[in-house]
Amino acid sequence: MKAFAVAPAPHIHAGRSVTRVMGHVLLALLPGVAAQLLFFGPGLLLQLALCLAFAAAFEAAVLRLRGKPLLPHLADLSAAVTAVLLALCLPPLAPWWVALAGMAAALLLGKHAYGGLGHNPFNPAMVGLAAVLLCFPREMAQWLSPLAPLSLSPSELFDAVLRGVPPPTLDTLSSATPLDTLRSLAHEGRTLAEIRRTPLFGNVGGKGWEWIAAAYALGGGYLLWRRVIRWQVPLGVIGASLLVSLPFWLSDPDTHPSPLLHLVCGGLMLAAFFVATDPVTGATTPRGRLLFGAGVGVLTLAIRRWGGFPDGVAFAVLLMNLAAPLLDRVGPPRPYGHRRAGAAP
Amino acid sequence: MLLQPFHGGVRLPPHKPGDAAPAPQSLPLPPELVHPLPPPGASGACAVTVGQRVRRGQLLAAAADARGAAVHAGSSGTVTAIAPRPVGDGEATCVVIATDGRDDSAPLPPLADWRELPRERLLERLAVAGVVGLGGAAFPAAAKLAAPGTILILNGAECEPWLRSDEALLCHGAVEVLAAAQLLAHLCRATRVLLALESRMHGARAALQAALAAPGAGGVELVAVPTRYPVGSERQLIRVLTGQEVPSGGLPRDLDASVHNVASAVAAWRAIVHGEALTERLVTLGGRGVRGAGVYRVRLGTPVAHLVAHAGGYTDAAARLVLGGPMMGQAVVHDAVPVLASTQAVLVLGADELRAAAPERACIRCGDCAAVCPAQLLPQTLLAQLREGELEAAAQQGLSDCIECGACAWVCPAQIPLVQLYRDGKSALQVQEDERARAAQARARHLARAARLARDAAERVARVAARAPATAPAAAQPAATAPATPAAAATTAAAPMDKAAVLAAIARGRARRQAAAPAGREDAP
Amino acid sequence: MTATLLAAALLLGLVALGLGALARRAGADVDLAARIDAVLPQTQCGQCNYPGCRPYAEALARGEADIDQCPPGGDAGARALARLLGRVPKPVNPAHGTPGPRVVALIDETTCIGCTKCIQACPVDAIVGAPKLMHTVIAAECTGCELCLPPCPVDCITLVPRAADAAAVPTRSTA
Repeated sequence: MKAFAVAPAPHIHAGRSVTRVMGHVLLALLPGVAAQLLFFGPGLLLQLALCLAFAAAFEAAVLRLRGKPLLPHLADLSAAVTAVLLALCLPPLAPWWVALAGMAAALLLGKHAYGGLGHNPFNPAMVGLAAVLLCFPREMAQWLSPLAPLSLSPSELFDAVLRGVPPPTLDTLSSATPLDTLRSLAHEGRTLAEIRRTPLFGNVGGKGWEWIAAAYALGGGYLLWRRVIRWQVPLGVIGASLLVSLPFWLSDPDTHPSPLLHLVCGGLMLAAFFVATDPVTGATTPRGRLLFGAGVGVLTLAIRRWGGFPDGVAFAVLLMNLAAPLLDRVGPPRPYGHRRAGAAP
Repeated sequence: MLLQPFHGGVRLPPHKPGDAAPAPQSLPLPPELVHPLPPPGASGACAVTVGQRVRRGQLLAAAADARGAAVHAGSSGTVTAIAPRPVGDGEATCVVIATDGRDDSAPLPPLADWRELPRERLLERLAVAGVVGLGGAAFPAAAKLAAPGTILILNGAECEPWLRSDEALLCHGAVEVLAAAQLLAHLCRATRVLLALESRMHGARAALQAALAAPGAGGVELVAVPTRYPVGSERQLIRVLTGQEVPSGGLPRDLDASVHNVASAVAAWRAIVHGEALTERLVTLGGRGVRGAGVYRVRLGTPVAHLVAHAGGYTDAAARLVLGGPMMGQAVVHDAVPVLASTQAVLVLGADELRAAAPERACIRCGDCAAVCPAQLLPQTLLAQLREGELEAAAQQGLSDCIECGACAWVCPAQIPLVQLYRDGKSALQVQEDERARAAQARARHLARAARLARDAAERVARVAARAPATAPAAAQPAATAPATPAAAATTAAAPMDKAAVLAAIARGRARRQAAAPAGREDAP
Repeated sequence: MTATLLAAALLLGLVALGLGALARRAGADVDLAARIDAVLPQTQCGQCNYPGCRPYAEALARGEADIDQCPPGGDAGARALARLLGRVPKPVNPAHGTPGPRVVALIDETTCIGCTKCIQACPVDAIVGAPKLMHTVIAAECTGCELCLPPCPVDCITLVPRAADAAAVPTRSTA
């Protein structure tokens, strides 16, 4: 007689794990990282390194405080995803304390305060981004002109990020983001055609930014293919922002940016594929996900148009995070063998 | 034929090499057969005694009720014990037979003229022969066939990995399967007979088509359904073939359909045409932990150890013994358990084939479980509700519609044992329902009693009034108040109770019992 | 200014419509006491200080009683009451008794003198017997309310765990 260990069925598994899911997300972010590196220089690498280091440190410290095993939780890579997402949203020359504050808010307030991965109601990366947007408005507004920062020497870069000493050529290097420019020039009464002629803009959207957006979409396609994310959220975000901006643009293309411009500027593409698709903080029913994505799209556009910030992705996502439990109650799928809602016996 | 998709489902690695299943191999008779009896308390009585000689197919115990099945001896020999033996993951009273190798049988009279016989006669034969579903549920065929259906579906889609018993039957016994189909169509009064097999089963399809071309065969539509787990589940198969859904809590008969496993159909046919009781079945042996993987013709009651030993024995990789498929099968502690009618397969899985023993993580609400759930539930929501103890909410979300197929747990990246959770939730729900039924009964009895007390009081007042008409004004006052509402009567009946009195009575009783126990007058419970 | 006012009015109107729809869906309070009664365990034991489950349900419906007065229902029952009544859940108040496993009364038939006192006390008529003859409890009907204990002059009634619970663990595999 041979003895065996028992366990409940099913006895086999697809082999998916949280680590693998997060790994796919990191992989899918690579094209975006590469594109951003290409246009805004190696400052991003420093930001990535800083954010990842802070993430590891905070995770380790909090897990220790919470008495949780360190390795399995660090190995799920969720903190790494948060760090990379936040780093992508920071200006390349932002001083190190911006990354520190962002990661502290993201992991300590956004994640572990609620009980860690799986229990957090808000997207940690967006909590971090919102925090630094509110705390460091000047640093966060200081983006670089596309392709300009490639002339920076490494020592100037390190000075800027690690010591907070801006390079002497900062004025020639830096510029506002296209969305910022759009906003301030529109306030001065310029028409869109005039604004689009400024050197910040390319063929479709902001110069460089359009390629970065395309790279995010590429990564998003990979995630869709690997079934890490479902199509509902990206479709909701992109569809809603196109639909909402289209009538405005058609009615007056001189004051309202085109739907495509909206899409490729700022963080909308990143949000559509990497942020709003965060399963923990989003809706989980198919219909809820579509609504969640649409809400992110509409709120982002509303904040861009009427809000106090040039880009509203972070706030739009956080607001929709709040609504996620409610969205989950909207039209759950009909179980097998049940009549459709309303046709009750 | 236009097939409808069912929601969800997963593509599992099949572990089924080749286009056709291997031919079933025979096993030497085991020295000992173990036949579990119906559970104690059920009315099915054991029909044999220790020391009695039995022949193959002889009745050991009659069916306990409509949901139970008769048990027959797997071979000839002597009953050596009627005692508890390990069965599955538990224990049951079993008849143990020491086989004598002669294997002489006690067949029932064949009913070759079944086309002329009344339906009831044939159903009775199926019950007597102990024919049950061989697809895993082991539900009595007679009970299932008692409800006629215009569509008869023969289920040859074993969608779980490794499992090939039904495929082997279709490949190597196609003629029998088609004959059985005609019998079942007659029994169900079906006008349409569908034989569902997986699109993957090319060998079985060819064999069936060849058999269908023979004269006299026919009337059976072959349908290749996509190989997508759990397409072989009754409800999903009906959805694929008919586009209709069995109502929640209902049965296929509600759609005028009848679904039977192909092996059960053949067992029914053999019981009627050859008079054979159900004493053997095809069992798939598979997994990296065993040599001689294949399909075996095994007598019911054969210890798993015997099957494994004669197939080639365990390999060093053997890590888990599973009776049934890898998705819904049951892991057992050791191989002394017998093969039963529900044992489609004996899998000895290697550690690399098993799900990793990774610790469970928090749900990240990825929704993959909802995407694969064939019952179209929201497993992640059910998980949250069950963990919160919100049983009612989970029930409302359709907990009882879960078919426990395991697709959600298979796909879950957080390694949450979802099926186990739903099973526990379902049994808790059952307990709650029983409790509610008891409460309803108690309420009814309480109200009946209150009404009776009120009626008694009213009658008493009326009697008093009739006897002394002079004192009517005096009696009128109680008469006006007595036949009050039942609730009021109950109030007077069960006067506000004195808790101290109860406690005192309990204490008195306990003291008295303790005093009495040493005297040996009674057995205190 | 007008636009703002209009927008505000529109928003308020929408909220009002939504709330109205929700209120309609919740349904009017047909018979709150009956719905409360439906979640009570119907032991009719009176541990809540009301003479039976229905009176307790009516008291709850009137807002006179608290949800923590029913030990047989246990903490789960108190939770169900809290949900039904929209109150804050709380465990059963130990002043009313402690929740435990369900029990049934058992009459020690050798001691019983046939006084019928327990028969009169039983709220669900679960005791059968006649004067001067031995009584017995119909275990399937007994709610375990303990009301038969105090009247018994010879203390022959004891409470034993409900047999159904113990027997309801059959070996799964034999099916």
